[in-house]
Amino acid sequence: MNLTMNPDDQAYRAKFLNWLSENIPAEGTSAEAKISGDWCAQAEIFRKFQRKLFDAGYAGIHWSKEYGGQSGTLMQHIIVTEELSTNYPWKMFDGLSVGLVAPTLLSRGTEEQKKEFIPKILSGEHIWCQGFSEPNAGSDLANLSTSAVRIGERYVVNGQKVWTSIGHLADFCILVVRTDPTVGKHKGLSYLLVDMKSPGVTVRPIKQITGEAEYNEIFFDDVEVPFDRLVGKENEGWLIAITTLMFERIMNEISIVPKLQQTLDRLIDLTSNTTRYGQAMIKDPVYRQKIALLQVELEVMRLNQYRNLATLLKGEMPGPEGSIGKIFWSELNQRMQETAMEIMGPYSQLLKGSKYAEDNGKWAFDFLRARGNTIEGGTTEIQKNIIGERVLGLPKDTVRRN
Amino acid sequence: MDFTLTSEQEMLKNSARKFLNNNFTSDYVRKMWENSQGYEPEMWAQIAELGWMGLTIPEEYGGLGLTFRDLGLILHEMGRVVMPGPFFSTVVLATELIKTAGSEEQKANYLERIASGKLIATVALYEEGVEWGAEGIKLTSTRKGDNYSLLGKKLFVPDAYSADLIIVAVRTENQVEAGEGISLFLVDPQTEGVEIELLPTMDQGRKLCAVSFLNAIFSSTEVLGEVGKGWSAIETMLIRANIGLSLEMLGGGEKVLEIATEYAKIRIQFGQPIGSYQAIKHKCAEMLLQVESSRSIAEYAAWTVDGNPQEVSKAASIAKTYVGNMYRKAAAATLQILGGIGFSWEHDIHLYYKRALASEAMFGDTVFHLELLASRWERKL
Ligand SMILES: Cc1cc2nc3c(=O)[nH]c(=O)nc-3n(C[C@H](O)[C@H](O)[C@H](O)COP(=O)(O)OP(=O)(O)OC[C@H]3O[C@@H](n4cnc5c(N)ncnc54)[C@H](O)[C@@H]3O)c2cc1C
Repeated sequence: MNLTMNPDDQAYRAKFLNWLSENIPAEGTSAEAKISGDWCAQAEIFRKFQRKLFDAGYAGIHWSKEYGGQSGTLMQHIIVTEELSTNYPWKMFDGLSVGLVAPTLLSRGTEEQKKEFIPKILSGEHIWCQGFSEPNAGSDLANLSTSAVRIGERYVVNGQKVWTSIGHLADFCILVVRTDPTVGKHKGLSYLLVDMKSPGVTVRPIKQITGEAEYNEIFFDDVEVPFDRLVGKENEGWLIAITTLMFERIMNEISIVPKLQQTLDRLIDLTSNTTRYGQAMIKDPVYRQKIALLQVELEVMRLNQYRNLATLLKGEMPGPEGSIGKIFWSELNQRMQETAMEIMGPYSQLLKGSKYAEDNGKWAFDFLRARGNTIEGGTTEIQKNIIGERVLGLPKDTVRRN
Repeated sequence: MDFTLTSEQEMLKNSARKFLNNNFTSDYVRKMWENSQGYEPEMWAQIAELGWMGLTIPEEYGGLGLTFRDLGLILHEMGRVVMPGPFFSTVVLATELIKTAGSEEQKANYLERIASGKLIATVALYEEGVEWGAEGIKLTSTRKGDNYSLLGKKLFVPDAYSADLIIVAVRTENQVEAGEGISLFLVDPQTEGVEIELLPTMDQGRKLCAVSFLNAIFSSTEVLGEVGKGWSAIETMLIRANIGLSLEMLGGGEKVLEIATEYAKIRIQFGQPIGSYQAIKHKCAEMLLQVESSRSIAEYAAWTVDGNPQEVSKAASIAKTYVGNMYRKAAAATLQILGGIGFSWEHDIHLYYKRALASEAMFGDTVFHLELLASRWERKL
């Protein structure tokens, strides 16, 4: 859908696309890259590319120059994010750092923290991970038990985090810890910035449904964290954690819409190129309807996103409505992937490496990966609780109320 | 496009909500269900007084010359009260068709009367064995000199029972492409050989009729625009009708969600408000997701009518599909949340549920619109 964009923004997009065509890294082929398990190599490609973006003035465009940004507009940031999502074929490792960490620091961090960390996020020097979930604290995040005890000018951290995406590649971690076990569970939490190279940090990759390891478990064994790495006040970490989660739900949508459009375009190709009962499946009324409905939903999601962005462009903070987008995209991606599986029939199960596999197993990989979408970043059930309670004002259940 | 409203639009919306809440109470709506005309002339005159009849009619024909998005705000509010009566038929269907197809003289004549509330009008398209496209227009005409004799029957004609004017799509030429040879006859329902039958449908807020032509005679001057050139104007009208209907359905969905949420907060079972149970809470959350998403597409679609005509037909089909599905599901979910009272005639939810069902089957159902979209996207390859 073409919403009217002003000529300056159009010119900016053209300029960026031109820059991009000359600076997209040449390593590997995109098909390989997208399903490659070689995360370390991808991270290196990313760091180099991010540095180029930074030097060319395309990183942190809407953030202040003081923190390494460009003091440009949010619209310019959106344009660059959309175009990277469409045209950069490798994995980006800035979803957490640029998407969650930097906005959290900008709104809640100290001046020193902003100056120290944001420029390094923008230049690709630091990759970040999010140490929230624990074995006994998933949806019930505030139940976490990793502890931090303050001794002089530092905290000493002990405990375990789990499902930490890109923990094995990250330089830093946003870590939610318990600093006061004697008070109610939301009240005794604090929010720390932890150097992953600190002594006592052990990262173990966890193999996941796709066969590769994107997430990890992290053990903290007397890990020392300087006091000035505390964000907000001690024991007020819950507020900071919620801020991070709100950004997670809103900002990631910018890159997700173009990705879903690519998936849908591939799906239309797939349906056109697959024959069954002597005709292309795109001619089959059942599949025509299914695919048209997916496109309907994607167009609707795109408009939802424009509405959200309009709110952000006015400078308002993201609110609980962000949960709408999270549910929408995660379920839509699953429906697209499921449709692709139906169309491929027995070929759907073939993995990378089989000469019979469609798109070298990318569909199979993405199908499996999509199952995580309705779990990561807060499950669909939790998002529905948030909408029900914080948007519609319905009462909490008795257990959580007490 | 800007999703936020201007202060004039805010005012229009607020005054519409106030007027409709005051006048179209549940009691009044139910009274109109029982009234075969579906409206009362005094109320119609009041609405005309507000200028709503001529909202999108150009000022030169006595209207306000506002945009379709402005009209959409009012349709949205009308959906919230499941407004009965021939407003939609007159102001969206007939007005858009006359605006697009009418000669200068016809526009001056009919649009002025519509704007001032003196003419109730509707459009008759579909026939037995409903086909949504031009192939469905089969009503035959036999030419005798300057006159045409019409034979056949139109079905599902909204508000024909109360209309002073029915614009009827007639096949005046055979052996041509389906979209050609269709003429729009300006039919006075009192004409000899025209019979109107009120259909006993679920939603008596929007009366549907069968209109039969038993060799009724019309002169060639009683044709809107040019003979044989009616279809493209119908297409334009249908696009706008689908968008208008989407806004009305959005209003209905929004209201239904409010009914569900309010009830979920106050109804106590097992010592707790039922809204604290996730089976109920999550239904409400899913409704909010779909209502808000419907708002995005319906408001965007309304804007495209004047703001981006290249996108308008696509936006109309997307809106009709998405919002139509939302409304029917939301009304059903709310009925479930209400329990026994939701199944009663006394509670208003059935008015919404029935309107949702009727709307989804108007101007092309979901299967039809998805096929339109599929062929559009297939061509892109
Ligand atoms: C691919 C992936 C990447 C991830 N990356 C990270 C990361 O980088 N950092 C990080 O901290 N975490 C990460 N996670 C963890 C993720 O945030 C949690 O898995 C998620 O919050 C759910 O927690 P859980 O796994 O403990 O499941 P549980 O909380 O035990 O939930 C199990 C089931 O119970 C349901 N449930 C739980 N409570 C309720 C309730 N009150 N009402 C209704 N239903 C309920 C859930 O919806 C779910 O269906 C990642 C997860 C995945 C899958």
